Amino acid sequence: MKKFLALLLALAMTLALAACGGNDSQNDNSAPADNTQSDAQTPGDDAQSSGEAVTIKIGGIGPITGDLAQYGTATQWGAQIAVDEINALNGPVKLEYNFQDDTGVSDTAVSAYNNLKDWGANVIYGCTTTTPCVTVASETYADRYFQLTPSASSTDVTDGKDNVFQMCFTDPGQGTAAANYLKDNGLGTKYAVIYNNGDQYSSGIADAFIAKAGELGLEIVATQTYPEDTTTDYTVQLNACKDAGADLVFLPIYYTPASLILNQAKQMDYAPTFFGADGMDGMLDMEGFDKSLAEGLLLMTPFNASGTDDRTVSFVEKYQADHGILPNQFAADGYDCMYAIYEACCQIEGVGSMSNEELCDALIAVFTGGSFSVDGLTGSGMSWLTNGEVSKDPVVVKVENGAYVTQ
Amino acid sequence: MKKKVNKNSLNGFINYGIVVAAYVVIRAMIGGGMVSNSLQSLLVPACCYVVMAVSLNLTVGILGELSLGHAGFMSLGAFSGIVASIMLQEAIPFIPLRLAASMAIGALAGALGGAIVGVPVLRLQGDYLAIVTLAFGQIIKNIIMVLYVGVDETGIHVAASSDRFVLADDGVAIIKGPMGAVGVTKLASFTAGFILILVTLLVVQNLVSSRAGRAIMALRDNRIAAESVGINVTKYKLMAFVISAALAGAAGALFGLNYSSTVASKFDFNTSILVLVFVVLGGLGSIRGSMIAAALLYVLPELLRSFDIAEYRMLIYAIILILVMLVTNNPTMKTFFGSLLKKSKKKKEGAGA
Repeated sequence: MKKFLALLLALAMTLALAACGGNDSQNDNSAPADNTQSDAQTPGDDAQSSGEAVTIKIGGIGPITGDLAQYGTATQWGAQIAVDEINALNGPVKLEYNFQDDTGVSDTAVSAYNNLKDWGANVIYGCTTTTPCVTVASETYADRYFQLTPSASSTDVTDGKDNVFQMCFTDPGQGTAAANYLKDNGLGTKYAVIYNNGDQYSSGIADAFIAKAGELGLEIVATQTYPEDTTTDYTVQLNACKDAGADLVFLPIYYTPASLILNQAKQMDYAPTFFGADGMDGMLDMEGFDKSLAEGLLLMTPFNASGTDDRTVSFVEKYQADHGILPNQFAADGYDCMYAIYEACCQIEGVGSMSNEELCDALIAVFTGGSFSVDGLTGSGMSWLTNGEVSKDPVVVKVENGAYVTQ
Repeated sequence: MKKKVNKNSLNGFINYGIVVAAYVVIRAMIGGGMVSNSLQSLLVPACCYVVMAVSLNLTVGILGELSLGHAGFMSLGAFSGIVASIMLQEAIPFIPLRLAASMAIGALAGALGGAIVGVPVLRLQGDYLAIVTLAFGQIIKNIIMVLYVGVDETGIHVAASSDRFVLADDGVAIIKGPMGAVGVTKLASFTAGFILILVTLLVVQNLVSSRAGRAIMALRDNRIAAESVGINVTKYKLMAFVISAALAGAAGALFGLNYSSTVASKFDFNTSILVLVFVVLGGLGSIRGSMIAAALLYVLPELLRSFDIAEYRMLIYAIILILVMLVTNNPTMKTFFGSLLKKSKKKKEGAGA
């Protein structure tokens, strides 16, 4: 009988949850699942001729559950703010936005993408992480959907696909930029690298950094790896760096392992300069993180939430009001993606009567046209190369008194 | 005795019937435009997971040994299948044949992995075997993560680090370490998945009802008694384990060839456990249960997207798993379903007479 009761309770829980989700205004998922005609659907086919706004449907993909959820939700929420702003402008183009969960896994991402196709998406925004993005990119390439990713940074994402564009730096681009920055600013004399060799992002940056450092004559005394971001003990790697006498440690890794590295380095009285890539952004907002550990940390990030320009301030305010935390660069990249798509769509004539294939080609023409540039939170005058890479200036920030200071 | 055999083969035929019927119905629905894109994209991976579940059931349900590294065999199959499909590009231009060849090579790789693990490990029992298979899955994952494989005019190149991996200018890199296999031509089709399920059923069901199968089940039920009547423990255990690994390898090859890129970290411990969940929920030893559980539970999280509860879908998925587990193990429910089954049987018998 007890077990029966447990069953009933579990059932009640499911129903209660289902009811909770009912008034979710952010995700408009009320699309009919059996709409197989979506390939032929044109954006805003009901509101074109009379000068009314055209609606472009943007389908977003990213992890909002699982290990990588913090990145996915940031891109989801950042883009949502931009969509709301754009729709409030009453411009010639309105955006309709639907974000689907991919849990950071390739095959789920393909399902999410197909779900968005059923919904009638015109443009694909995503994926947040590299691995699923590579898979989805070849699907959108075959189906001719325009795709703009906020944060999937591998060159494999855009390689050989004319329809995929990036808002973030490529991994090799970041590695090269890091080496150049260290050389130009004369930071450190002996360098060490600790990276995750089971991760595309991390090894992509590290490989390019090591190659460029060799070219520039920077002396790398230790190269240490670890296999996955759930590793909790980095003392072996840190000891190797310490023994080799490295005074600058480059950490092209995400902030969760990086925070442990900083902590463990302090415990063993090893205090080199730590230099991170954009995956390090977000560390200061980690729950229970002692900000003094990050003092003096240098990192490359395109976005500084404590920036003082109007747009950043208003974005940070809105984001904090909605979600109670500071936005990171993923959110800012997402925000910029929406504006890039919006501004490109505004430049296309007859955007409302285009099929997805036509819209894709038209957007590619605008993005690679040479005269197209977007001002956003992560850079001003951002433009795109024909291979899908963004061109904008890398920014290095230093952590001082628990906040970013642009260098 | 005769009745028992008949019942077994009847069960087997029902399984084939279910698979064929499902295939025909889905094909007809696709023809009629009634299946959404998202469901269509789930068909091939669902077939792969059905094969994974049925093959794992052979180890866990029928051989009675807990294996936690089944995704490792899938991984072996996936990457060897991908490499094979690219190597055979010119030799076999006909796509279905190339897919079949790649899957066969995937199965071989899986079988080889199964034999390598099986020979030393199947002397162990119970928990020990579980731990070693768990480690095996991790080892495979980590090896493929540092593996670079490519082809150029001089042949195939394999290296364990990126600086030692040098290809001629016209060479193609197939597996690039942590980046996994990128730029794979998608060869997999639903029909191939369907045929693979049929082959899997054919192999597993015939094995189970054969002399070897009875020996394997005798080992599961009482190892000492089985040994005392002269059953070669290692031989039969290895047989079941290697066949199970080979089928997982074939499923992996199909899975790998269904996506343009595949990374080793996809086939981690979680995937092994996911397949084990399918097997346990479907019922240990029940092939039909494994098939149905794998197909339904794989598609379920995607179906939950269609409702207005997308944010809670993984939570609801977990609760449904718990519910299924409770229902299938609840004595009240069991007697309830049991009495239903009895009633319908009585009715049938009544009607027959």
